[in-house]
Amino acid sequence: MRRAGRHMSENYLTTKIEDALGWARKFSLFHYPFITACCGMEYMSTACAHFDLDRFGAGLTRFSPRQADLLLVVGTITMKLAPVLRTVYDQMAEPKWVVAFGTCTVSGGIYDNYAVVQGIDTIIPVDVYIPGCPPRPETVLDGFLKLQEKIRNQKQEWRWGRKD
Amino acid sequence: MGPKGLIGDLEKRFPGEIIEASGDGEDLVLVILPDALLRIMGSLKEPPYSFKLLLDLTCVDFRRDAGAFEMVYHLYSLDANGRVRVKVRLPAESPSLESLADLWRNANWLEREVYDMFGVVFRGHPDLKRILMYDGFEGFPLRKDYPLRRRQPKAAKGNAP
Amino acid sequence: MTLEPRPERNTMLLNLGPSHPAMHGTVRIMVELEGERILNSEVEIGYLHRGFEKTCENRTYFNLLPYTDRLNYVSPLINNAGYALAMEKLLGIEAPERAQYIRVLMCELSRISDHLTSVAAMGMECGAFTVFLYMMKAREYIWDVIEFTTGARMTASYIRIGGVRADLHPDYRAALEKAVRETRKVLKDVHGLLDKNKIFLDRTKGLGALTPEEAISYGWTGPCLRSTGVRYDVRKSRPYLVYDRMDFDVPLGANGDNYDRYMVRMMELDQSLRIVEQTAAALPPRAPIAAGDRRPVEPSEAIRLSKGQRVIGPVRLSPNLEGSEKDVYGDIQAADRRWTLPPKEDTYTTMEGLINHFLFFMKGRGIRPPKGEVYFSVEGGNGELGYYIVSDGTDRPYRLHLRAPCFHIVSALEHLIKGRYVADVIPTFGSLNMIGGELDR
Repeated sequence: MRRAGRHMSENYLTTKIEDALGWARKFSLFHYPFITACCGMEYMSTACAHFDLDRFGAGLTRFSPRQADLLLVVGTITMKLAPVLRTVYDQMAEPKWVVAFGTCTVSGGIYDNYAVVQGIDTIIPVDVYIPGCPPRPETVLDGFLKLQEKIRNQKQEWRWGRKD
Repeated sequence: MGPKGLIGDLEKRFPGEIIEASGDGEDLVLVILPDALLRIMGSLKEPPYSFKLLLDLTCVDFRRDAGAFEMVYHLYSLDANGRVRVKVRLPAESPSLESLADLWRNANWLEREVYDMFGVVFRGHPDLKRILMYDGFEGFPLRKDYPLRRRQPKAAKGNAP
Repeated sequence: MTLEPRPERNTMLLNLGPSHPAMHGTVRIMVELEGERILNSEVEIGYLHRGFEKTCENRTYFNLLPYTDRLNYVSPLINNAGYALAMEKLLGIEAPERAQYIRVLMCELSRISDHLTSVAAMGMECGAFTVFLYMMKAREYIWDVIEFTTGARMTASYIRIGGVRADLHPDYRAALEKAVRETRKVLKDVHGLLDKNKIFLDRTKGLGALTPEEAISYGWTGPCLRSTGVRYDVRKSRPYLVYDRMDFDVPLGANGDNYDRYMVRMMELDQSLRIVEQTAAALPPRAPIAAGDRRPVEPSEAIRLSKGQRVIGPVRLSPNLEGSEKDVYGDIQAADRRWTLPPKEDTYTTMEGLINHFLFFMKGRGIRPPKGEVYFSVEGGNGELGYYIVSDGTDRPYRLHLRAPCFHIVSALEHLIKGRYVADVIPTFGSLNMIGGELDR
């Protein structure tokens, strides 16, 4: 890799910039709540005053995929809805993350039949899986903290045009 | 009019078209011939019975035991606080029946659901197409011979009209 | 009706949904617009069809209870109650009196939670975000009460065939009083915020109106039908559980527009709070826990001892089973062991209890109702929630059909928004309270 040991100052700077980017990105998540079913009720509880999601910086909901960077898939995804989910995911701009909220999105949940997608990772790549039927708001917040850790530590895509 | 009175009255007006009738004070059950459906339902809706609310319309797959589909209608009368269940037997091969969409407006969507799930065709329905499953789905899920876990290839990408 | 583009009229086809911020679930409303006015529309549902009815044909009567929770997921205990009551009618049994009062309490708490969510979402879609936050706060207190007793905030699977799963938590009264007090405070605030609010009135009054005849023709029931002026409430017409002993009114609207639906729901919240207070006051007393001087015995020890002697002291049960001890079991579950589980102490220590437990869960045995069919309806959050169950004598239902109130209400949506502006779709749709789990089953 070109980066390794070429200029000492270049490595130090890029690492610091990546750290700063990671810190900024994890504390300013704009989520797109793709809500379908019962988990939506626990999402509403998590986002509201009691178990506030806003204190993690993720409180602002963007209802357009173009403006969001976190796709929060909440509730069962059926075969009829799967193309819509894929379209919404494709419309989002990089960097983007996906959280599977609830067991129906993780694995199809208690519905193993002709109409339900058995886990959204068959359609789109998922970063964090939050199990529960429905998950308690504390579980959701735990999932968000794990996502924040992941964002902080991942390789940040910020140098356009240069793919390693 | 009490349940006994209603049964007697209907049997006089539609002789031979009511196969079975029973009532235990709370719910009346009538089994009628398919050809008489529209007439009997029309007269049940009008006074003096006034079953103006179509509560439900569904189908049961009895092909294994009785070789037929059974359509079940639930009607409710607000004035008399009475419920009636009307059942119609349909043959297993290409089941088809008259649509009640002109009498009750919610029959439109209910019949679409029965068509989607069982494959019963309703003659005279304004717009009979699938309602719960996606376009391109093959088969009728609630029939007994459709396996619960069958997977079909997903619908075509895109939702544009 | 199916929409098709009509280029000669210069109209535009616009797609609202299926993933849209109106947060009620997934519904696709395709509208044909001329400017901002809607000429025609097509409502497409089925995006949450999870195969409930087909799944239920493959589960035993006891096992399909969690699936009923997830139908109308804002008032899950009412769905449980509807299923349990339909099965009890088919089997010909009745739950004990204390269980009936507890069921009414839980149903009304669920109804309060349903109406709170509905009005909150409708307010938020019209721009009143404060209403949403206030009502969610009140809903948290209601869910605390439910969680104390059932162990789950939302999908509890608490109301079983034959009774309820466990008795009320000993300290439930404090939580209940706090929930009722907070809900009343929130309702007072929301009345002040929305009732005479010019913006809210302009967006809801006179819009989405339906005459009583049209509403009946569409099969509407529940708050939407009562907003048109028709008095039909299943709790009054066909009283079930102990509703005939409760004193409550049925609020009616006059015009059947969005504002009336909102007001009917707000007034029904008051009535439900009244029923909750009456139920809590009229509960038959809990059976006293036998205060023995012997320490509770561990289950494995109790099983070992029961091989030698018949009468055993109290058994320490797992915390999951709190509330279903043998002393209170008679109050919460019917006594017929063909249809209900024996108390855990009996399962551990007596032969009959063990056999009953096994027969209940063995494949092919268990709850096997007589051949027949039943239709039973309860008053759900949206209207008449009916279960039509056909039994063929085996341990699985032959056919289980849900009469979903939302299905009929949303079937009128195309008629309600025709000729209106695009902006009117949102309060109209919000006031109908569509719940995807119930609509698509």
